Amino acid sequence: MKVKVLCRNPDDYVRETTRDIQRVPRNYDPTLHPFEVPREYTRALNATKLQKVFAKPFVASLDGHRDGISCIVKHPKSLSTVISGACDGEVKVWNLSKRECLRTVQAHEGFVRGMCSRFCGTSFFTVGDDKTIKQWNMEAPGYGVRDEPINTILGKTVFTGIDHHYKEGTFATCGQTVDIWDEQRSSPLRSFSWGVDSFNCVRFNPVETELLASCGSDRSIILYDTREAAPLRKVIMKMRNNTLSWNQMEAYYFVCANEDYNLYTYDIRYLDIPVTVHMDHVSAVLDVDYSPTGRELVSASFDKTIRIFGKDAGHSREVYHTKRMQHVICVRWSADNKYIMSGSDEMNIRLWKANASEKLGLLSAREKAAANYNKKLIEKFQYHPQVKRIATYRHLPRELLRQKREQREMKLAQRRKDVNIRKHSKPGSIPVVTEKEKHVVAVVE
Amino acid sequence: MAAPMPEGLPSTHVEKKNKKQKKPSKRYWEKTENPDQRKPGEEQSKDAQKQNKARPINRPLKRKKFEGPEQEKLDPFPGVAPVPKERLQKFKRGEKYKWHPDTLRKLKTAIKFSETVSDLAQDQAARFDLLLPEDAGFLEGDEDEDTCTISQDDIADAVDITSGSKYFNLDLSQFGPYRLDYSKNGRHLLLGGKRGHVACIDWHSKDLMCEVNVMETVNDVKWLHTEAMFAVAQKRWLYIYDSKGVELHCIKKFNDVLKMQFLPYHFLLATASATGFLQYLDVSVGKEIAAICTKMGRLDVMAQNPYNAVIHLGHPNGTVSLWSPKQKEPLVKLLCHRGAVRSLAVDKTGTYMVTSGLDRKLKVYDIRTFKHLHSCFLPAGASCLSLSQRGLLSVATGDVVQVYRDVCGSNPLTKPYMAHRLRGQVCGVAYCPFEDVLGIGHGQGFTSMIVPGAGEPNFDALDANPYRSAKQRQEWEVKALLEKVQPDLIVLDPGELGKIDKATFEQRHKRKVESLGFDPLGKEPFKPRAKKKGRSSAGAVERRKKKVAYEDQRDVIRESVQEKMEKQKELEEKAKAMELEKKTALDRFRK
Repeated sequence: MKVKVLCRNPDDYVRETTRDIQRVPRNYDPTLHPFEVPREYTRALNATKLQKVFAKPFVASLDGHRDGISCIVKHPKSLSTVISGACDGEVKVWNLSKRECLRTVQAHEGFVRGMCSRFCGTSFFTVGDDKTIKQWNMEAPGYGVRDEPINTILGKTVFTGIDHHYKEGTFATCGQTVDIWDEQRSSPLRSFSWGVDSFNCVRFNPVETELLASCGSDRSIILYDTREAAPLRKVIMKMRNNTLSWNQMEAYYFVCANEDYNLYTYDIRYLDIPVTVHMDHVSAVLDVDYSPTGRELVSASFDKTIRIFGKDAGHSREVYHTKRMQHVICVRWSADNKYIMSGSDEMNIRLWKANASEKLGLLSAREKAAANYNKKLIEKFQYHPQVKRIATYRHLPRELLRQKREQREMKLAQRRKDVNIRKHSKPGSIPVVTEKEKHVVAVVE
Repeated sequence: MAAPMPEGLPSTHVEKKNKKQKKPSKRYWEKTENPDQRKPGEEQSKDAQKQNKARPINRPLKRKKFEGPEQEKLDPFPGVAPVPKERLQKFKRGEKYKWHPDTLRKLKTAIKFSETVSDLAQDQAARFDLLLPEDAGFLEGDEDEDTCTISQDDIADAVDITSGSKYFNLDLSQFGPYRLDYSKNGRHLLLGGKRGHVACIDWHSKDLMCEVNVMETVNDVKWLHTEAMFAVAQKRWLYIYDSKGVELHCIKKFNDVLKMQFLPYHFLLATASATGFLQYLDVSVGKEIAAICTKMGRLDVMAQNPYNAVIHLGHPNGTVSLWSPKQKEPLVKLLCHRGAVRSLAVDKTGTYMVTSGLDRKLKVYDIRTFKHLHSCFLPAGASCLSLSQRGLLSVATGDVVQVYRDVCGSNPLTKPYMAHRLRGQVCGVAYCPFEDVLGIGHGQGFTSMIVPGAGEPNFDALDANPYRSAKQRQEWEVKALLEKVQPDLIVLDPGELGKIDKATFEQRHKRKVESLGFDPLGKEPFKPRAKKKGRSSAGAVERRKKKVAYEDQRDVIRESVQEKMEKQKELEEKAKAMELEKKTALDRFRK
């Protein structure tokens, strides 16, 4: 007779001393783990609920400005430094980790229209309503020394925006024309204009560094090459664009914030149709910024909300609002992809988490693993009605909700009307125009 | 391609140079990067490149780049170690996606990515399988020795002391016959004597946790999710006790309970009563989830399917019915026996069901297809059935317990694997999870019998750990409660939730109609315009209505009729052609 009976030595299964961690022998045999899918689903549902419970996106508010914030600039090298300009010409440098103002400069008379920092992080530029471009040292002057700009250029017209080249000592301003300046000179190297009376935003491409895009008040977006004498291309849309932002990872995409409540992502290779239309705002979109990963974008709107969109999502994944936040004028995504800064009309800069339910601070390995697992679970079960309902629901203030419904109603009515017109006219005489095609008037070479 | 000449030259040059140079003695800080060792390597690589141009790249050539020409030994087992297919099959989940020609590109990449990830997981799990510490038990007889003749005493003598001590008898002749239940991790044993004796034992260490006499008939006992609580079905009501024997609850909603089953992942206690009610108690919140009137009379045969948590009930008319808490009707009804069903057991994978009836037959069913696989005739009939984790079937007939091997499958039952005679009538049998032990409750007490090869050798400590500490148990309890599966999710296929919900057009349309309150696709009924000069009389209106009636269908009908006509014509033409072909030479003489 040969016999073997299961006999386990408890020493192999119980920890040796109380200071040890417990032994956890595993067996991944699926028959030992019944109800895999229902249990995972339950976990996903719990994770979704917890995500909502922990969704506290508001981190801090920086107050100190005495007028509405008109522009925010990130420091290219330091994560904790942010520079903001206000409508009374005041510029403040902030330390985000301490949440305090490091330095205050009365930079301009009237608005600070635009700001940009130099790529090396040693100085920053401001333009204002007083027709000047000023270059400031990033370092605060010593005690008792007056805060003077390094360099001041007096222009002929008002400047409305400025952006610095990513590699060289040139910068671009916009106003009545788009001007390319050398830091060493007091007159522009080059001026571009293409039948427009004013521009409101200019941005250098972060990868193809000589490429430049600007938004004009004639509802156009114009692309330039700084090495060429004439602009490259122009897209004319139905409504004016307020700002634009380049995708830093896939730099052939840019997104523009439009007055018609939408944002449009364009591919510069195919300008005739936007790649994506990002809808959800119920008022003009004032500012937009890509995340440093290029996967998401954040927009600020006149409807007092900030929305976060996926790179190619038509609708927002997140909306931030508070009772006290008024029209949001500028918004920036921090360089560590974790925070969003927004400057609004009521003189405050607000700091938000980019991912509302993310836990801040150092995470232990197990916490990280758990967070990743939960994220994956939510992703896996995202289309189940229960999970979807909880995950996508966002509370909106009543006024905003009303406006949203109104917008929807209007859109439906328009669609109905179009369908009716098409139904009662000669077949083929009225073409079907998609939402993407609807908003572009023309592309001019 | 270049000629071999220039290739040959530098090598000779290098060799010469080497001869001239004196070899410096090797210093400890120098690594093996000697010039004479390296140069031939480079040459080799050049050579290899040349060869690569000529023929497709293969591995050993590439490797030469890194190894010197002296160490040209190839790895006899290149790449990762292969995993046997059967083992991979064990961890397979679902079928691979069948590619549709017009699958979207984005979807394609997403599916491909997820498939690679799941393949990796499957492979890793299969590799991990090799590292499992324990092997299953077995019992083999010598030549012409029948394993069923080997007595328990012999086995207990032959094995080590710890295992030998797993064969024991408890002489409890006063309050028998006994029902029993093992806790989910197999550590604790609960005994309930018909005449009121209830005891729970940590049977590894043989220490008695509590012993009470409830002074009432005990019909069944069951552990709840941990060893801290158990349920006892007494003469009238259902009681819940803690591990010290203190009565926690008396649940009067559950009366005349005869059999109980606990669904550990749903935290449901399912009870079958003498009045024909199947009731579900959620033990985490203490609420009755469902009470189903089965209308099938006294319910004293019950089993759960551990794979999908469906409750199987056996009835006096020979049927077995399958129940889920959210449905008032049975999911399935099976006619299994000519007489009443006496006992039921379902295997761990939810594939096979074994039933025994008053017709003294033992039948095995495949419950995926509800087909009868095989049956056998037992002279005394089986009163209790139990299936172990590794698929051993124990059959209690009178005072004998027989264990059969390879029941689950298509080959019929042969002789038993083991057998054991007891002193009293058997009332309950249960295998201990993760142990080679069969617990038998009978009229004279309790017997723990060694059945080698019954239990799963390797447990998963996150699911059921026999050696867990109090802290671990608490942790597990919280986790388990958090992922309590809702009773609505008890269906025949538990994986249904992970499948694509292919709502038909009709279903979606119906849902839309329900949510909108009207049918968006429905046409408004035709309303004839009011006309003057007496043309709006009822008859005229009816006539006008008739004109437009079925207008939308007319085109369809017209088309289908035309199609039919064309087909008819074609057929006729074909028939004509066939007829022509059939012509023989003699046809010309025909008039």
